[in-house]
Amino acid sequence: MAAGDLTGKRATKRENTGSLGTVPRVVVDVVPKPEILDPQGQAIVRALPRMGLRGVRDVRQGKHFELDVDDDVDAETLHRIAGELLANPVIENWTVRRL
Amino acid sequence: MSADQTSAACRIGVITFPGTLDDVDAARAVRHAGAQPVSLWHADDDLHGVDAVVVPGGFSYGDYLRAGAIAARQPVLRAVVDAARRGTPVLGICNGFQILCEAGLLPGALVRNAGLHFVCRDQRLRVETNATAWTGRYAAGAEIVVPLKSIEGRYVADSSTLAALEGQGRVVLRYLGTSPNGAVRDISGIASADGRVVGLMPHPEHAIDSLTGPSTDGLDFFRSVIDAVLGSVPV
Repeated sequence: MAAGDLTGKRATKRENTGSLGTVPRVVVDVVPKPEILDPQGQAIVRALPRMGLRGVRDVRQGKHFELDVDDDVDAETLHRIAGELLANPVIENWTVRRL
Repeated sequence: MSADQTSAACRIGVITFPGTLDDVDAARAVRHAGAQPVSLWHADDDLHGVDAVVVPGGFSYGDYLRAGAIAARQPVLRAVVDAARRGTPVLGICNGFQILCEAGLLPGALVRNAGLHFVCRDQRLRVETNATAWTGRYAAGAEIVVPLKSIEGRYVADSSTLAALEGQGRVVLRYLGTSPNGAVRDISGIASADGRVVGLMPHPEHAIDSLTGPSTDGLDFFRSVIDAVLGSVPV
């Protein structure tokens, strides 16, 4: 998926789970670009065999954001939220999903 | 404000965010160099008429999200960006460098050290250019020793940005000896296209007298900008 692609464009409402009522939930995932060395991911790769967990060739550590947003927040706004604050486009790729 | 505080011909703002650590040392360095430090607060929406601005080091907003990301979006930084576009000299040190990159005043980004360790040491550096508002007093090619203390200090930028920085003489400082953090091309400091905005990971404000620092090599950053402000050096 290309950086910043919006997926699952059709917003679906979550069932009423509490006092907040039904709220569309948006997920933004941010990962370092492939060409950016990720020493934290490498440290994880090196730790796994020490736990006896084998077969993991690479790990990229990123960030996962869950946003409760108003119904009228459009794709363009979500794109700006992701690309202008949650991710730094110089070093990171991101995806936006409506759940 | 007392009369002697306003007597300095050059007033240099020093910004404090929640989590800033080195604003006191930066203000001390400004005073040591002969200018008047002016405290600026993160919520200020103007710069109180200062002639230059230092964005000091520390952990603004706890490095939440990314180092410098939240600070770069505060009111005072909007004022700094506006002032920089008018040619006001701006120096970002360590977290300040990260903030200036996040604010788009300088290209590239600072990411986690390649070795994962927080590096704290007296660092040898080469001053690559004196054609900036903050390095006019140095000889190009001068070797200096200034403290470095950071874990998000690895400078990265794409190849076209690097080509522009190198081609336009905007790499201001390079690490000498073993790389402390894996920065691309050993870059430890860069300048804007007009040479007025400089960001660097090492801390010149911690190297202004032999009592408190490993050298006095950092003081000329602050003397240089006084020259630039007072017009005695054409930058």
